[in-house]
Amino acid sequence: MFANHLLPALINLPALPLAGFWFGEAASTGAQDVDQLFALINWMCLFFFVLIIGMMCVFLFKYMKRDGHKEEWSPSHSNMLEIVWSVIPTLLVALLFVLGFKGFIDMRTPPANAYDIGVTAYKWRFQFDYPNGAQDEELHAVVGQPVRLVQQSNDVLHSLYIPAFRTKMDVVPGRYTYQWFEATKAGTYDLFCAEYCGKDHSNMNSNVVIHETQAEFDAWLAKINTPPDNPIEWGEQLYTRKGCKQCHSTDGTARPGGGPSFQETYGKTHQLIGGGTVVGNENYILDSLRKPQSQIRTGYKGITMPAFPRSLVKDKEVDALIAFIKSLSPDYVPEVETVPEVETPEEEGTIQDEVATESAEEPEPEEEPEVESVEKTDEMPDEEPEESAKENGETP
Amino acid sequence: MNATADSIDDGGNEPAENYLNCSNTIASWAFTLDHKRIGVMYLVGICIALLLGGLFAMAIRLQLWMPEGMLFDEQMYNEIFTLHGAIMVFLFIIPSVPATFGNFFLPIMLGAKDVAFPRMNLASFYLWVFGTIFFVAAMLFTGLDTGWTFYTPYSAETSKAPVVAATMGVFILGFSSIFTGLNFVVTVNTMRPPGMTWFRMPLFLWSIYATGVIQLLATPVLGITVLLLGAEAVFHIGIFDPRYGGDPVLYQHFFWFYSHPAVYIMILPGMGIISELLPVYCRKPIFGYKFIALSSIAIALLGFLVWGHHMFVSSESTIAAVIFSGLTFSVSIPSGIKVFNWLATMYKGNIHMNTGMCYVMAFMFLFTIGGLTGLHLGTLATDVPLHDTYFVVAHFHYVMMGGALIAFLAGIFHWWPKMFGKMYNEFWGQVSAMLVFIGFNLTFFPQFYLGTLGMPRRYASYEGREGFPISEALVDQFTHLHRVSTGGAFVLATGLVIAAAVLLAALLWGRRAPRNPWGGATLEWTCTSPPIHSNFIDTPSVGDPYFYENMEWDPELGGFKTLPPAKPIETSEHQPAGSE
Repeated sequence: MFANHLLPALINLPALPLAGFWFGEAASTGAQDVDQLFALINWMCLFFFVLIIGMMCVFLFKYMKRDGHKEEWSPSHSNMLEIVWSVIPTLLVALLFVLGFKGFIDMRTPPANAYDIGVTAYKWRFQFDYPNGAQDEELHAVVGQPVRLVQQSNDVLHSLYIPAFRTKMDVVPGRYTYQWFEATKAGTYDLFCAEYCGKDHSNMNSNVVIHETQAEFDAWLAKINTPPDNPIEWGEQLYTRKGCKQCHSTDGTARPGGGPSFQETYGKTHQLIGGGTVVGNENYILDSLRKPQSQIRTGYKGITMPAFPRSLVKDKEVDALIAFIKSLSPDYVPEVETVPEVETPEEEGTIQDEVATESAEEPEPEEEPEVESVEKTDEMPDEEPEESAKENGETP
Repeated sequence: MNATADSIDDGGNEPAENYLNCSNTIASWAFTLDHKRIGVMYLVGICIALLLGGLFAMAIRLQLWMPEGMLFDEQMYNEIFTLHGAIMVFLFIIPSVPATFGNFFLPIMLGAKDVAFPRMNLASFYLWVFGTIFFVAAMLFTGLDTGWTFYTPYSAETSKAPVVAATMGVFILGFSSIFTGLNFVVTVNTMRPPGMTWFRMPLFLWSIYATGVIQLLATPVLGITVLLLGAEAVFHIGIFDPRYGGDPVLYQHFFWFYSHPAVYIMILPGMGIISELLPVYCRKPIFGYKFIALSSIAIALLGFLVWGHHMFVSSESTIAAVIFSGLTFSVSIPSGIKVFNWLATMYKGNIHMNTGMCYVMAFMFLFTIGGLTGLHLGTLATDVPLHDTYFVVAHFHYVMMGGALIAFLAGIFHWWPKMFGKMYNEFWGQVSAMLVFIGFNLTFFPQFYLGTLGMPRRYASYEGREGFPISEALVDQFTHLHRVSTGGAFVLATGLVIAAAVLLAALLWGRRAPRNPWGGATLEWTCTSPPIHSNFIDTPSVGDPYFYENMEWDPELGGFKTLPPAKPIETSEHQPAGSE
């Protein structure tokens, strides 16, 4: 068939440089197909552009008003011409349609032997879940191995875009979406979120790392699947990896538009919007992760904080994060030389059972502050409820 | 063709009274039913919106000078690009040409005294003013940051006050748009003078008519959509938000079902202006009249069937994507027909490179690029990497700004003498056209390249996040291209400021405009400059809107005068193009 064999051969030779100039490096099988088609369209555009603008310039030059020049009669309609310039473009765009259609079907049809990697997008991170249970914020794969991304969103629309592979698919809450690629070159490539998703949309990028060999990939996979022994160290890693860092500082300062600092979290009593207080203990941190809208502290716009279900932060990881947050508290006294024993029994927390939290039992997100924009500026000073101060700390 | 020629001469001594000075109290403007005054008030309002949107555009360009963002934090940037997009789309481009030139010239071109429903016309203006104030205030005070598209679930979950307030503004503006469209459709249908058959109408009227049809059919869908969005944000009715069982992609369908036809609300009147100006400045009848006229209708109708091409990677089904891609290509044909017919009109003409014509040529150049790059986006496989990148940004700026805004400028320079009775400085007018053209290309052409390299839209910075920097080579390329673009934006802005200055200076110091400075054959050139309150003293008789052979340049007038017909039959013998 014409479209199958002759045409690609025809456009291949002169076309590639034209596409190579426009796009960056092509690093997947699909990318090469896209570049070829793009080049064909470029040639077509170039032809029509030169035709139209060239004729325009010639006419301007020839028929510009000057002494002695007068308009001449010429027919003011011609069905023949109208047919020519309707039918020829119709045929050309029909060709483009067919080629684009074919390429698109290829893009939407992953090979049967594809390696599935789960993607969970949330504000403002991509998390990649590998079949062995490992999770990372980088996408890793091997040269020559088709990879299918099974995408889901934890909050709003996102879109996973890898320019070097010429592939993109929206990540839509409430359904799975898919895209696939087969990398042809080892290396590190950029990955972007391409669908606007709120404040840190422009910082929702990551890397794609393509390994040369399967062994290299397996070694990496094994490495990320073994967390550090020390929970504080692990918690600190998770603090960056899960994206807490974007909104929560560790030094007591408030990030613009973000949430409370982790330094201020553990062991303090916090005022809640809508009245009541809550003590910053393990349950408070757990609830803040799993259902953040249930307890919004005064001075913050709780709506920004996405919920982190188990698929994003596993229970073990919550333990590690709690250990890390605990360690940030000004009253924290490190365990003396007993490294493996860090999982301190949390008696203090449970003794100090909060009595005043029932007013904040609002799982629905309706309970938002009405005037967010006002608060954005002043979240910094009022986050320390005076009466809380230091009623108990870490006195192991 | 010029019946009034006997009663009023060709502009030597104009009557002292015209629509501008026939009454001058504030109330006479505020409660005017005169379509011309309403058009002028719209013009003022729309230029303010353009200025406002333009300032936000400059803020965006400055921000992107540095990879880390030069001026604002992310939140602020998001609010600014939302303001830029929403103001330009809803307050400037959609009303621009129909509400100003449509209001002012549609009745005159029909030889009528006013539109069919003058009170509704005034109501449309006040709805626009009210909607605009409401909309801009809502965005400024609540910090709306959803982008002009209000995509769910972000818009439904982000604090509801901004979204509800802003969508109410859109709702009000929608009614303004519907009133204008309805008025024009009815006026064209019922008020054409004897002798003006459909195919003897000026092409500008065809395009305004087609636009009116789209406004009537599509805008209600926008109203329904924003109401549903408001209901979702406040009551959680569960239509768009997956947390309550809704479907976010459904919102996109609803939204683009209006907003894609709206693209043609923006560009069709611009095409109408080009069809009107080009023959005048080339001194040749328009080529392929019937094809240009019918292509407007074809675009209006086909425009309703292609909304899904905004959603190729949204997870709409593959089969839907394929169908929408095929339909999308069908819209390119009527647009192409227009361009080729315009070209053929220039053939063997006598081209007067006045400021208006300079803008027409700029339009042809920019619209051709805008249209051709649509092929990359309509083709499914190549759209996938380009979607939501700067390639799309560049493409729609070439069409919307290079098309609609440049046509608006062409129109304003063409009709300024008629609207205000003053001639502007031709030299500086041409300088403005040159600067706008150069600045435009410098601003937006690099954005095509940015897009193919992978720069996504709506990014406040492009250095990546902590620990994950975007690769150095790419950041370098992005930086250079963004800087060329920002530099170009300043050239463009300078051109626009000069254009505004030229026109305003004309009001103060301009030479008195003759009745027909460019030699147009449509009816507005037979009334005085500026027209009298009732437009015409006697009902004008209708001739071929593109017949120029009976006109002659008169140096004393500084304009064209119509020669008395040699044989009375001649005009009727010379049928308008394509009426066979």
